[in-house]
Amino acid sequence: MTDGTLKTTPLNAAHRALGARMVGFSGYDMPVQYEGVLAEHRWTREHAGLFDVSHMGQCKITGRDAVAQFERFVPGDYQALKAGKQKYSLLLNEQGGIIDDLMAGKPDHDGLFVVVNAGNKDEDFAFWRANLSGDATLSVLDDRALIAVQGPEAAEVMVAHEPVLAEFGFMDCARLMLFGVDCYVSRSGYTGEDGYEISVPAGDAERVWNTILQDARVKPIGLGARDSLRLEAGLPLHGHDIDPTTSPVEGALTFALSKSRKEAANFDGAERVLKDLAEGPARVRVGLHVKEGAPAREGAEIADADGAVIGRVTSGGPSPSLGKNIAMGYVPPSHAALGTALQVIVRGKPAAAEVVAMPFVAQRYHRKPK
Amino acid sequence: MHFTKDHEWVRLDGDVATVGITKHAADQLGDVVFVETPEAGRAVSQKDGFAVVESVKAASDVYAPVSGEVIEGNAALASAPETVNADPEGEGWFARIKVSDASQLDGLMDRAAYDQFLTTL
Repeated sequence: MTDGTLKTTPLNAAHRALGARMVGFSGYDMPVQYEGVLAEHRWTREHAGLFDVSHMGQCKITGRDAVAQFERFVPGDYQALKAGKQKYSLLLNEQGGIIDDLMAGKPDHDGLFVVVNAGNKDEDFAFWRANLSGDATLSVLDDRALIAVQGPEAAEVMVAHEPVLAEFGFMDCARLMLFGVDCYVSRSGYTGEDGYEISVPAGDAERVWNTILQDARVKPIGLGARDSLRLEAGLPLHGHDIDPTTSPVEGALTFALSKSRKEAANFDGAERVLKDLAEGPARVRVGLHVKEGAPAREGAEIADADGAVIGRVTSGGPSPSLGKNIAMGYVPPSHAALGTALQVIVRGKPAAAEVVAMPFVAQRYHRKPK
Repeated sequence: MHFTKDHEWVRLDGDVATVGITKHAADQLGDVVFVETPEAGRAVSQKDGFAVVESVKAASDVYAPVSGEVIEGNAALASAPETVNADPEGEGWFARIKVSDASQLDGLMDRAAYDQFLTTL
């Protein structure tokens, strides 16, 4: 039973064949779970999980001015980015708010390959179409699926198919033939685990998906576990933990601000970003350990030790890996130090919480020695 | 045993109703990670939210299938919320309620009617 108003990915039939529970997400009919969120979460942390993230937006920005034009709206140094590398960045508005977060890389010698969030892709593409000038052209790659393989056994699984993938380090990317077809691949993901994201022509997606799934170390993982995995990894979800009102400094994403770009201050929103850096932001995203009671979800109030409301939870839930409740949310910098005792208000009841470091669960990226 | 369209069940023994959520509801929720049951002495009205059940993803209200006074919440669910998945219509009960108006059960579905109702969803 497909809801006629929802779009489908090239893997829709594969999900149904696997017995997935399907839900509407960002306009797509997507698998939220197969056997269960907890089991899928744990499987990804222990073995290898296979994710359909074809709802996300994929595009190329090409032309002689592609990188310079792209840089006008992001705070990352893409001029200096080497071929075969990708970098996380933020599409900023003129007020320094985050329109979207994204991955952009140089998989080949033809501009940038960019992956953006499903819920923002139409706006992002419209923004670039309206604002890129000179010799810079946006090409939306809507004829491609995007498949992620994540987990401590992901590399072994993938290298068995394609030995070249062993040579990739974290954030390396390339355009090359994999599984006999033209792919974009990167060693990255959204779970905190080692793994790959592979952009595959739509017509080959189901074959590649089923080929990877044949390995007993691999199970399909739905969006439910994808969310709990990224929460544990401390990774923000746009539209929840960061949005067009949040600056990169407020969002605790200063690692995405390249030194050269801060010095040049030549990107949209630079004024606000530099002001937040110099004077400190009004609020900042922190990790919370909720020490008692129910999970604190998006929208729950955060109070100081005396009960005065100082902020709000933007994501939260149980951490299957840690066996406790975790959350992220915004508080004033005066209450953001690690170890600060706070409270979260869930259904009117205050519960003790403490500011803790993110990621909540250590990331296990495959970083090659430089 | 009687059932509501919100997927609660109620089993009456004398004037005491044991209530919980149905297997269908538990399956739909997926892994239950937290349950908040009502405290003894609380007066509840039929269709009021009287408990909360949480999956990894979200919190959902559970509605009282009958009016009355809570005798006890199932304290065992605090440390073993997964019991709701394992045995939703048995050990995974939510509360016992001293029923104030047993005729309210007449407005609920029996097993056959509930099973039929599920086929319409």
